[in-house]
Amino acid sequence: MKHIWTILKRELVSYFTQPTAYAIILIFLLISLTFNFTFGSFILAGDANLEWSFLFWHPWLYMLLAPAVGMRLWSDEQRNGTLELLGTFPIPPWSTILGKYLAAALVWLIALVLTFPIIITVNYLGEPDNGRIFSGYLGSYLTCCVFLAITMLVSACTRDQVVCLIVSVAICTLMVLCGYEAFIRELARFRFDFLVEALTALGVWDHFRSLTRGLFRYQDMVWFFSIIFTCLFGTSAILSAKRA
Amino acid sequence: MIEVENLTKHFGPKYAVNDLSFTVKPGEVLGFLGPNGAGKSTTMRMITGFITPSSGDAKVCGHSIIDQPFLAKDKIGYLPESAPLYNDMTVVGFLKFCADVRNLTGLAKKEAVERAIDTCFLSSVAHQSIDTLSKGYRHRTCLAQALLHDPEVLILDEPTDGLDPNQKHEVRQLIKRLGATKSILFSTHILEEVDASCTRAVIVDRGKIVADGTPEELKKQSSTGSLHDLFRQLTTLDTAHASA
Ligand SMILES: Nc1ncnc2c1ncn2[C@@H]1O[C@H](COP(=O)(O)OP(=O)(O)O)[C@@H](O)[C@H]1O
Ligand SMILES: [Mg+2]
Repeated sequence: MKHIWTILKRELVSYFTQPTAYAIILIFLLISLTFNFTFGSFILAGDANLEWSFLFWHPWLYMLLAPAVGMRLWSDEQRNGTLELLGTFPIPPWSTILGKYLAAALVWLIALVLTFPIIITVNYLGEPDNGRIFSGYLGSYLTCCVFLAITMLVSACTRDQVVCLIVSVAICTLMVLCGYEAFIRELARFRFDFLVEALTALGVWDHFRSLTRGLFRYQDMVWFFSIIFTCLFGTSAILSAKRA
Repeated sequence: MIEVENLTKHFGPKYAVNDLSFTVKPGEVLGFLGPNGAGKSTTMRMITGFITPSSGDAKVCGHSIIDQPFLAKDKIGYLPESAPLYNDMTVVGFLKFCADVRNLTGLAKKEAVERAIDTCFLSSVAHQSIDTLSKGYRHRTCLAQALLHDPEVLILDEPTDGLDPNQKHEVRQLIKRLGATKSILFSTHILEEVDASCTRAVIVDRGKIVADGTPEELKKQSSTGSLHDLFRQLTTLDTAHASA
């Protein structure tokens, strides 16, 4: 437990002594808020629950930006050789994996918390259902955590950050596109019912949208957490295979 | 106390370390000699628990690195060959992180960091970022990390590599001084270091021990009484190695 905190602290120091974390948080805030007022037509639609105008854009941003935060987690250690230090320290590999993952997740939590002006705005302009906004934010954050876990798994496979970025963005983009409504509707026209169901269950939208609508479904939580834990176990397996 | 028992490692069909056995007792400094590619680093990586042996075992202070890795790793200070460091930290920040990993807290942590900085002559760069250090300082920072928790066993992979003659001299003196109470295993291909700091030396070639004894004993084995000649008689040329 204590070691998780030690690792987490070190990762945070390295995120915030370099410009990476600041740049990504800033880009996220700028784009998500700009989209909210332009394409999201937040004011015109009177979308007080932020469902379509604001949260809708998050998966699209995460699929590009979450891998940028996670790509250095293991690639950098392998390239610098510091993996050899970690591997010979008397700490369980699991503490290292969790510490690193939680650090990246914390960077995104900070980014999401910094969007608070929009919540103040909707509460000032209208009468939103704040429980539903919270549920939407939860969906948004869990989606981001899924993408981070995937990136972490990819970064354990390669010592090259650029390769890790490209591969993770590709996987996350597929997950966003494969459940996207326009695409699913097209498939449904051809009566591929089985495929429609499978892709809907696999993609992020079904699970993300139910949370932004304020529904708390058991199956969505299973989806989010099973992907996260599978990726963390995969990371552990790959790292121990590399040492054999 | 290091006890290495029939340690073997092969990468595919190629044996990097082949059935190696030796012990290092407290108060002993064992020089680990051999040409490039002889398997020195691989042996050290197995003793420190970074890579798992194909067969055989290594015991550190009685704890098997395979069955009780955390107890064994606790007793070891390790300087990897490339002296890997976290480039985004300062020297003090890095050492404090390592102290946390070693479960040092409060006053003990503060004293350990100060002692390591003094021992390795790092006070002039203590608050400098690691990526701005010259090679000699990087090497000494990594050495400081190995000495931090005052371990009973020191494993140093080419500790004088890349240092200037003054620094080389300092490190040899340091090894000799620490060797009075600790078990030290250090690798080198500089034969002068055997006379300067070892109580005993083994020569390895292609993963096997080809000579073992005190520096005087080894010199007697050579027809001309020089370590250089013995080394050249017993070990294969890099080029012969490649064609074999
Ligand atoms: N991860 C690895 N995969 C394949 N071969 C390796 C690996 N690590 C080391 N080797 C091989 O094992 C041999 C011993 O390497 P090493 O222990 O680094 O030698 P030394 O430190 O004595 O110069 C070399 O021939 C090297 O190519
Ligand atoms: Mg080596």
